[in-house]
Amino acid sequence: MIRSLSWNDILFFLDALRWTVLLAAIACTCGGVLGLGVALARVARSRSLRTAAATYIQIVQGTPVLMLLFLSYYGLSLFGYDLPPMVAAGVSMTIYVSGYLGDIWRGSIQSVPKQQWEASESLAMTRRQQYQYVILPQAVRISLPPTVGFMVQVVKNSSIASIIGFVELAKAGQLINNVTFQPFRVFLIVAALYFCICYPLSYCSRRLERKSHA
Amino acid sequence: MAYQFQFEPVLAHVNLLAEGVLTTMAISSAAIFFGTAIGIVTAAVRSAQTGRTRKLIDAYVEVVRNTPFLVQIFILYFGLPAIHLRVTATEAALIGMIINLGAYSTEIIRAGIESIHRSQVEAGLSLGMTRLQIFRHVILKPAIAKVYPALCSQFVLMMLASSVTSAISTQELSSIAAQIDSETFRSFEVYTVVTLIYLGLALLFKAVLTLIGHLIFSRRRAASR
Repeated sequence: MIRSLSWNDILFFLDALRWTVLLAAIACTCGGVLGLGVALARVARSRSLRTAAATYIQIVQGTPVLMLLFLSYYGLSLFGYDLPPMVAAGVSMTIYVSGYLGDIWRGSIQSVPKQQWEASESLAMTRRQQYQYVILPQAVRISLPPTVGFMVQVVKNSSIASIIGFVELAKAGQLINNVTFQPFRVFLIVAALYFCICYPLSYCSRRLERKSHA
Repeated sequence: MAYQFQFEPVLAHVNLLAEGVLTTMAISSAAIFFGTAIGIVTAAVRSAQTGRTRKLIDAYVEVVRNTPFLVQIFILYFGLPAIHLRVTATEAALIGMIINLGAYSTEIIRAGIESIHRSQVEAGLSLGMTRLQIFRHVILKPAIAKVYPALCSQFVLMMLASSVTSAISTQELSSIAAQIDSETFRSFEVYTVVTLIYLGLALLFKAVLTLIGHLIFSRRRAASR
Protein backbone atom coordinates (compact mmCIF):
# COMPACT_ATOMS: atom_id res chain seq x y z
CA MET A 1 0.00 0.00 0.00
CA ILE A 2 1.44 3.36 -0.99
CA ARG A 3 1.05 6.15 1.53
CA SER A 4 2.41 9.69 1.48
CA LEU A 5 5.28 11.12 3.47
CA SER A 6 4.16 12.20 6.93
CA TRP A 7 5.62 13.65 10.11
CA ASN A 8 5.95 10.13 11.57
CA ASP A 9 8.45 9.40 8.83
CA ILE A 10 10.48 12.45 9.81
CA LEU A 11 10.53 11.14 13.40
CA PHE A 12 11.68 7.77 12.04
CA PHE A 13 14.52 9.55 10.22
CA LEU A 14 15.56 11.35 13.39
CA ASP A 15 15.54 8.04 15.27
CA ALA A 16 17.71 6.46 12.58
CA LEU A 17 19.98 9.53 12.72
CA ARG A 18 20.67 8.65 16.35
CA TRP A 19 21.96 5.24 15.22
CA THR A 20 24.15 6.88 12.57
CA VAL A 21 25.69 9.20 15.15
CA LEU A 22 26.09 6.28 17.59
CA LEU A 23 27.86 4.14 14.99
CA ALA A 24 30.13 7.04 14.03
CA ALA A 25 30.93 7.73 17.70
CA ILE A 26 31.73 4.05 18.42
CA ALA A 27 33.89 3.90 15.30
CA CYS A 28 35.78 7.07 16.23
CA THR A 29 36.45 6.09 19.85
CA CYS A 30 37.42 2.43 19.31
CA GLY A 31 39.13 3.26 16.02
CA GLY A 32 40.93 6.11 17.73
CA VAL A 33 42.34 3.84 20.43
CA LEU A 34 43.46 1.28 17.83
CA GLY A 35 44.71 4.07 15.56
CA LEU A 36 46.90 5.48 18.32
CA GLY A 37 48.50 2.06 18.68
CA VAL A 38 49.02 1.86 14.92
CA ALA A 39 50.55 5.36 14.82
CA LEU A 40 52.94 4.60 17.68
CA ALA A 41 53.89 1.30 16.02
CA ARG A 42 54.49 3.14 12.75
CA VAL A 43 57.13 5.39 14.35
CA ALA A 44 58.56 2.75 16.69
CA ARG A 45 62.24 1.96 16.87
CA SER A 46 61.84 -1.69 15.87
CA ARG A 47 61.79 -2.16 12.09
CA SER A 48 59.44 -5.16 12.15
CA LEU A 49 56.85 -3.16 14.11
CA ARG A 50 57.15 -0.28 11.65
CA THR A 51 56.74 -2.60 8.64
CA ALA A 52 53.77 -4.37 10.21
CA ALA A 53 52.02 -1.07 10.91
CA ALA A 54 52.81 0.24 7.41
CA THR A 55 51.39 -2.94 5.83
CA TYR A 56 48.27 -2.70 7.98
CA ILE A 57 47.75 0.93 6.93
CA GLN A 58 48.30 0.12 3.24
CA ILE A 59 45.81 -2.75 3.37
CA VAL A 60 43.13 -0.76 5.16
CA GLN A 61 43.61 2.25 2.89
CA GLY A 62 43.45 0.09 -0.25
CA THR A 63 40.24 -1.73 0.65
CA PRO A 64 36.75 -0.38 0.08
CA VAL A 65 34.74 0.11 3.28
CA LEU A 66 32.07 -2.17 1.85
CA MET A 67 34.54 -5.06 1.61
CA LEU A 68 35.71 -4.49 5.20
CA LEU A 69 32.06 -4.54 6.23
CA PHE A 70 31.29 -7.80 4.44
CA LEU A 71 34.48 -9.45 5.68
CA SER A 72 33.65 -8.63 9.30
CA TYR A 73 29.98 -9.55 8.87
CA TYR A 74 30.68 -12.98 7.34
CA GLY A 75 34.04 -13.53 8.97
CA LEU A 76 32.86 -13.03 12.53
CA SER A 77 29.91 -15.36 12.01
CA LEU A 78 32.39 -18.07 10.98
CA PHE A 79 33.49 -18.25 14.57
CA GLY A 80 30.00 -19.33 15.47
CA TYR A 81 28.67 -16.04 16.82
CA ASP A 82 25.26 -14.89 15.68
CA LEU A 83 26.06 -11.23 15.47
CA PRO A 84 23.66 -8.36 14.97
CA PRO A 85 24.63 -6.10 12.06
CA MET A 86 25.53 -3.35 14.52
CA VAL A 87 28.48 -5.32 15.91
CA ALA A 88 29.78 -6.19 12.44
CA ALA A 89 29.39 -2.57 11.36
CA GLY A 90 31.16 -1.41 14.53
CA VAL A 91 34.10 -3.78 14.04
CA SER A 92 34.58 -2.90 10.37
CA MET A 93 34.26 0.85 10.95
CA THR A 94 36.77 0.55 13.83
CA ILE A 95 39.31 -1.10 11.52
CA TYR A 96 38.62 1.48 8.79
CA VAL A 97 39.03 4.42 11.19
CA SER A 98 42.19 2.96 12.75
CA GLY A 99 43.83 2.63 9.32
CA TYR A 100 43.28 6.26 8.41
CA LEU A 101 43.66 7.88 11.85
CA GLY A 102 46.85 5.87 12.39
CA ASP A 103 48.29 7.46 9.26
CA ILE A 104 47.07 10.97 10.17
CA TRP A 105 48.49 10.72 13.67
CA ARG A 106 51.75 9.29 12.39
CA GLY A 107 52.06 12.42 10.25
CA SER A 108 51.35 14.63 13.27
CA ILE A 109 53.93 12.83 15.43
CA GLN A 110 56.51 13.17 12.68
CA SER A 111 55.83 16.89 12.27
CA VAL A 112 56.78 17.65 15.86
CA PRO A 113 60.19 19.34 15.43
CA LYS A 114 63.22 17.14 15.96
CA GLN A 115 64.57 19.62 18.53
CA GLN A 116 61.79 18.56 20.90
CA TRP A 117 63.07 14.97 20.76
CA GLU A 118 66.65 16.09 21.30
CA ALA A 119 65.77 18.44 24.17
CA SER A 120 63.69 15.84 25.99
CA GLU A 121 66.39 13.21 25.47
CA SER A 122 69.00 15.55 26.91
CA LEU A 123 66.79 15.79 30.01
CA ALA A 124 67.21 11.99 30.43
CA MET A 125 63.55 11.20 29.76
CA THR A 126 62.69 7.62 28.85
CA ARG A 127 60.98 7.13 25.49
CA ARG A 128 57.65 6.72 27.21
CA GLN A 129 58.13 9.97 29.14
CA GLN A 130 59.14 11.73 25.93
CA TYR A 131 55.90 10.64 24.30
CA GLN A 132 53.75 11.35 27.33
CA TYR A 133 55.02 14.81 28.31
CA VAL A 134 56.59 16.33 25.18
CA ILE A 135 55.67 14.77 21.85
CA LEU A 136 52.05 13.64 22.08
CA PRO A 137 50.64 16.90 23.53
CA GLN A 138 52.15 18.82 20.61
CA ALA A 139 51.14 16.17 18.10
CA VAL A 140 47.53 16.29 19.31
CA ARG A 141 47.31 20.01 18.58
CA ILE A 142 48.78 19.52 15.09
CA SER A 143 46.45 16.62 14.35
CA LEU A 144 43.17 18.32 15.32
CA PRO A 145 42.15 19.76 11.90
CA PRO A 146 42.68 16.57 9.85
CA THR A 147 41.13 14.43 12.60
CA VAL A 148 37.96 16.50 12.72
CA GLY A 149 37.91 16.50 8.92
CA PHE A 150 38.19 12.72 8.91
CA MET A 151 35.25 12.42 11.32
CA VAL A 152 33.12 13.85 8.49
CA GLN A 153 34.25 10.90 6.34
CA VAL A 154 33.33 8.49 9.14
CA VAL A 155 29.80 9.85 9.42
CA LYS A 156 29.38 9.63 5.64
CA ASN A 157 30.82 6.12 5.37
CA SER A 158 28.54 4.90 8.17
CA SER A 159 25.83 5.06 5.51
CA ILE A 160 27.47 2.02 3.87
CA ALA A 161 26.47 -0.06 6.91
CA SER A 162 22.93 0.12 5.52
CA ILE A 163 23.94 -2.53 2.96
CA ILE A 164 24.17 -5.23 5.64
CA GLY A 165 20.79 -4.21 7.01
CA PHE A 166 21.81 -2.01 9.91
CA VAL A 167 18.98 0.49 10.11
CA GLU A 168 20.69 3.83 10.11
CA LEU A 169 19.72 6.94 8.18
CA ALA A 170 20.40 5.73 4.60
CA LYS A 171 18.56 2.46 5.27
CA ALA A 172 15.68 4.38 6.84
CA GLY A 173 15.51 6.43 3.65
CA GLN A 174 15.38 3.26 1.55
CA LEU A 175 12.61 1.81 3.74
CA ILE A 176 10.46 4.96 3.59
CA ASN A 177 11.09 5.26 -0.15
CA ASN A 178 9.79 1.72 -0.65
CA VAL A 179 6.60 2.66 1.17
CA THR A 180 5.94 6.17 -0.17
CA PHE A 181 7.56 6.01 -3.65
CA GLN A 182 8.68 9.66 -3.36
CA PRO A 183 12.43 9.24 -3.83
CA PHE A 184 13.36 12.89 -4.33
CA ARG A 185 11.62 14.09 -1.19
CA VAL A 186 12.77 11.18 0.97
CA PHE A 187 16.42 11.19 -0.09
CA LEU A 188 16.66 14.98 -0.08
CA ILE A 189 15.50 14.93 3.56
CA VAL A 190 18.06 12.20 4.31
CA ALA A 191 20.79 14.20 2.54
CA ALA A 192 19.79 17.34 4.45
CA LEU A 193 20.03 15.47 7.78
CA TYR A 194 23.52 14.17 6.90
CA PHE A 195 24.47 17.69 5.84
CA CYS A 196 23.35 19.05 9.21
CA ILE A 197 25.75 16.66 10.95
CA CYS A 198 28.68 16.90 8.55
CA TYR A 199 28.78 20.61 7.69
CA PRO A 200 29.41 21.82 11.28
CA LEU A 201 32.25 19.28 11.55
CA SER A 202 33.76 20.48 8.24
CA TYR A 203 33.42 24.10 9.31
CA CYS A 204 35.03 23.27 12.67
CA SER A 205 37.91 21.55 10.90
CA ARG A 206 38.50 24.55 8.63
CA ARG A 207 38.45 26.97 11.57
CA LEU A 208 40.90 24.81 13.52
CA GLU A 209 43.18 24.77 10.48
CA ARG A 210 43.03 28.54 10.12
CA LYS A 211 43.69 29.06 13.83
CA SER A 212 46.72 26.78 13.82
CA HIS A 213 48.19 28.56 10.79
CA ALA A 214 47.45 32.15 11.84
CA MET B 1 33.42 -27.29 14.41
CA ALA B 2 36.27 -25.80 12.45
CA TYR B 3 35.36 -24.03 9.23
CA GLN B 4 36.92 -25.49 6.09
CA PHE B 5 38.10 -22.73 3.75
CA GLN B 6 37.34 -23.67 0.15
CA PHE B 7 38.59 -21.27 -2.48
CA GLU B 8 37.96 -23.50 -5.52
CA PRO B 9 34.28 -22.55 -6.05
CA VAL B 10 35.32 -18.90 -6.03
CA LEU B 11 38.24 -19.34 -8.42
CA ALA B 12 35.94 -21.27 -10.78
CA HIS B 13 34.19 -17.94 -11.44
CA VAL B 14 37.35 -16.19 -12.58
CA ASN B 15 35.78 -14.95 -15.82
CA LEU B 16 32.90 -13.30 -13.90
CA LEU B 17 35.43 -11.63 -11.61
CA ALA B 18 37.42 -10.43 -14.61
CA GLU B 19 34.26 -8.86 -16.06
CA GLY B 20 33.65 -7.10 -12.78
CA VAL B 21 37.22 -5.80 -12.69
CA LEU B 22 36.89 -4.45 -16.23
CA THR B 23 33.61 -2.69 -15.40
CA THR B 24 35.10 -1.19 -12.24
CA MET B 25 38.16 0.04 -14.11
CA ALA B 26 36.01 1.42 -16.94
CA ILE B 27 33.62 3.43 -14.78
CA SER B 28 36.45 4.61 -12.51
CA SER B 29 38.51 5.81 -15.49
CA ALA B 30 35.52 7.56 -17.05
CA ALA B 31 34.66 9.18 -13.72
CA ILE B 32 38.29 10.31 -13.27
CA PHE B 33 38.41 11.86 -16.74
CA PHE B 34 35.11 13.73 -16.62
CA GLY B 35 35.35 14.53 -12.91
CA THR B 36 38.74 16.16 -13.36
CA ALA B 37 37.43 18.11 -16.37
CA ILE B 38 34.56 19.43 -14.25
CA GLY B 39 37.00 20.15 -11.43
CA ILE B 40 39.32 22.19 -13.64
CA VAL B 41 36.49 24.24 -15.16
CA THR B 42 34.75 24.86 -11.81
CA ALA B 43 38.00 25.72 -10.02
CA ALA B 44 38.94 28.14 -12.80
CA VAL B 45 35.52 29.82 -12.74
CA ARG B 46 35.58 30.03 -8.96
CA SER B 47 39.02 31.62 -8.87
CA ALA B 48 38.06 34.17 -11.50
CA GLN B 49 34.60 35.13 -10.33
CA THR B 50 33.34 36.76 -7.17
CA GLY B 51 29.84 37.08 -5.79
CA ARG B 52 26.97 34.81 -6.73
CA THR B 53 28.84 32.43 -9.07
CA ARG B 54 31.47 31.82 -6.42
CA LYS B 55 28.80 31.16 -3.79
CA LEU B 56 27.00 28.78 -6.14
CA ILE B 57 30.15 26.77 -6.77
CA ASP B 58 30.93 26.75 -3.05
CA ALA B 59 27.41 25.48 -2.35
CA TYR B 60 27.86 22.66 -4.91
CA VAL B 61 31.19 21.62 -3.39
CA GLU B 62 29.93 21.79 0.21
CA VAL B 63 26.70 19.89 -0.49
CA VAL B 64 28.46 17.09 -2.37
CA ARG B 65 31.31 16.83 0.15
CA ASN B 66 29.03 16.74 3.20
CA THR B 67 26.53 14.12 2.02
CA PRO B 68 27.27 10.39 1.66
CA PHE B 69 28.01 9.00 -1.79
CA LEU B 70 25.40 6.27 -1.25
CA VAL B 71 22.64 8.83 -0.70
CA GLN B 72 23.79 10.75 -3.79
CA ILE B 73 23.47 7.72 -6.04
CA PHE B 74 20.12 6.82 -4.47
CA ILE B 75 18.88 10.31 -5.36
CA LEU B 76 20.09 9.81 -8.95
CA TYR B 77 18.96 6.22 -9.45
CA PHE B 78 15.54 6.49 -7.77
CA GLY B 79 14.92 10.18 -8.31
CA LEU B 80 15.72 10.67 -11.99
CA PRO B 81 12.99 8.26 -13.21
CA ALA B 82 10.52 10.31 -11.14
CA ILE B 83 11.21 13.21 -13.52
CA HIS B 84 10.89 10.90 -16.53
CA LEU B 85 14.63 10.40 -17.15
CA ARG B 86 15.16 6.65 -17.24
CA VAL B 87 18.74 5.75 -16.37
CA THR B 88 20.35 2.35 -16.08
CA ALA B 89 22.25 1.50 -12.91
CA THR B 90 25.62 1.96 -14.61
CA GLU B 91 24.64 5.40 -15.95
CA ALA B 92 23.39 6.53 -12.54
CA ALA B 93 26.59 5.25 -10.92
CA LEU B 94 28.71 7.04 -13.51
CA ILE B 95 26.85 10.35 -13.15
CA GLY B 96 27.08 10.07 -9.36
CA MET B 97 30.81 9.38 -9.43
CA ILE B 98 31.45 12.24 -11.87
CA ILE B 99 29.50 14.74 -9.75
CA ASN B 100 31.19 13.52 -6.56
CA LEU B 101 34.70 13.52 -7.99
CA GLY B 102 34.01 16.90 -9.63
CA ALA B 103 33.36 18.46 -6.22
CA TYR B 104 36.44 16.95 -4.57
CA SER B 105 38.75 17.80 -7.47
CA THR B 106 37.34 21.36 -7.58
CA GLU B 107 38.48 21.80 -4.01
CA ILE B 108 41.91 20.25 -4.60
CA ILE B 109 42.60 22.10 -7.87
CA ARG B 110 41.38 25.38 -6.35
CA ALA B 111 44.01 24.98 -3.64
CA GLY B 112 46.60 24.44 -6.37
CA ILE B 113 45.48 27.44 -8.41
CA GLU B 114 45.50 29.72 -5.37
CA SER B 115 49.07 28.68 -4.59
CA ILE B 116 50.35 30.15 -7.86
CA HIS B 117 51.87 33.52 -7.03
CA ARG B 118 50.55 36.62 -8.78
CA SER B 119 54.05 37.43 -10.01
CA GLN B 120 53.90 34.41 -12.31
CA VAL B 121 50.78 35.80 -13.98
CA GLU B 122 52.38 39.25 -14.26
CA ALA B 123 55.45 37.70 -15.86
CA GLY B 124 53.21 35.94 -18.37
CA LEU B 125 51.37 39.18 -19.16
CA SER B 126 54.64 41.00 -19.66
CA LEU B 127 55.65 38.35 -22.20
CA GLY B 128 52.54 39.15 -24.23
CA MET B 129 50.67 35.90 -23.53
CA THR B 130 46.89 35.88 -23.87
CA ARG B 131 44.81 35.21 -20.76
CA LEU B 132 43.98 31.71 -22.02
CA GLN B 133 47.65 30.91 -22.64
CA ILE B 134 48.51 32.20 -19.18
CA PHE B 135 45.80 30.03 -17.66
CA ARG B 136 46.97 26.91 -19.48
CA HIS B 137 50.72 27.18 -19.09
CA VAL B 138 51.39 29.42 -16.09
CA ILE B 139 48.49 28.65 -13.76
CA LEU B 140 46.90 25.31 -14.53
CA LYS B 141 49.85 23.06 -15.32
CA PRO B 142 52.00 24.07 -12.30
CA ALA B 143 48.89 23.97 -10.07
CA ILE B 144 48.04 20.41 -11.06
CA ALA B 145 51.70 19.40 -10.78
CA LYS B 146 51.69 20.70 -7.21
CA VAL B 147 48.48 18.98 -6.09
CA TYR B 148 48.98 15.83 -8.19
CA PRO B 149 49.60 13.48 -5.21
CA ALA B 150 46.43 14.67 -3.45
CA LEU B 151 44.50 14.36 -6.70
CA CYS B 152 45.79 10.81 -7.25
CA SER B 153 44.76 9.64 -3.79
CA GLN B 154 41.32 11.13 -4.41
CA PHE B 155 41.12 9.16 -7.68
CA VAL B 156 42.03 5.92 -5.88
CA LEU B 157 39.46 6.69 -3.16
CA MET B 158 36.85 7.19 -5.89
CA MET B 159 37.72 3.83 -7.44
CA LEU B 160 37.29 2.18 -4.03
CA ALA B 161 34.04 4.08 -3.46
CA SER B 162 32.66 2.61 -6.71
CA SER B 163 32.05 -0.55 -4.67
CA VAL B 164 29.14 1.27 -3.04
CA THR B 165 27.34 1.45 -6.40
CA SER B 166 26.64 -2.28 -6.01
CA ALA B 167 23.74 -1.14 -3.81
CA ILE B 168 21.94 -0.01 -6.98
CA SER B 169 22.99 -3.21 -8.80
CA THR B 170 25.71 -1.82 -11.05
CA GLN B 171 27.51 -4.88 -12.43
CA GLU B 172 30.88 -4.00 -11.01
CA LEU B 173 33.21 -6.03 -8.79
CA SER B 174 31.32 -5.91 -5.46
CA SER B 175 28.06 -6.78 -7.16
CA ILE B 176 29.72 -9.76 -8.88
CA ALA B 177 31.11 -10.78 -5.49
CA ALA B 178 27.61 -10.77 -4.00
CA GLN B 179 26.42 -12.81 -6.99
CA ILE B 180 29.14 -15.45 -6.56
CA ASP B 181 28.42 -15.47 -2.83
CA SER B 182 24.75 -16.22 -3.43
CA GLU B 183 25.69 -19.05 -5.82
CA THR B 184 28.43 -20.76 -3.85
CA PHE B 185 27.66 -19.68 -0.24
CA ARG B 186 31.42 -19.25 0.31
CA SER B 187 31.02 -15.72 1.67
CA PHE B 188 34.31 -15.30 3.50
CA GLU B 189 36.37 -16.75 0.63
CA VAL B 190 34.63 -14.61 -2.00
CA TYR B 191 35.08 -11.40 -0.09
CA THR B 192 38.69 -12.20 0.78
CA VAL B 193 39.50 -12.77 -2.89
CA VAL B 194 37.65 -9.60 -3.94
CA THR B 195 39.40 -7.57 -1.22
CA LEU B 196 42.75 -8.75 -2.56
CA ILE B 197 41.64 -7.81 -6.09
CA TYR B 198 40.69 -4.31 -4.87
CA LEU B 199 44.09 -3.98 -3.16
CA GLY B 200 45.74 -4.93 -6.43
CA LEU B 201 43.59 -2.46 -8.34
CA ALA B 202 44.44 0.32 -5.89
CA LEU B 203 48.17 -0.36 -6.31
CA LEU B 204 47.75 -0.56 -10.09
CA PHE B 205 45.88 2.75 -10.24
CA LYS B 206 48.50 4.42 -8.05
CA ALA B 207 51.31 3.09 -10.24
CA VAL B 208 49.65 4.11 -13.53
CA LEU B 209 48.76 7.57 -12.21
CA THR B 210 52.33 8.11 -10.95
CA LEU B 211 53.65 7.09 -14.36
CA ILE B 212 51.28 9.52 -16.10
CA GLY B 213 52.45 12.20 -13.68
CA HIS B 214 56.07 11.61 -14.59
CA LEU B 215 55.22 11.79 -18.29
CA ILE B 216 53.09 14.94 -18.18
CA PHE B 217 54.91 16.96 -15.55
CA SER B 218 58.51 16.91 -16.70
CA ARG B 219 60.99 16.97 -13.87
CA ARG B 220 63.15 19.63 -15.46
CA ARG B 221 60.78 21.99 -13.66
CA ALA B 222 62.03 20.79 -10.29
CA ALA B 223 64.40 23.74 -10.05
CA SER B 224 61.76 26.39 -10.82
CA ARG B 225 59.02 27.51 -8.45
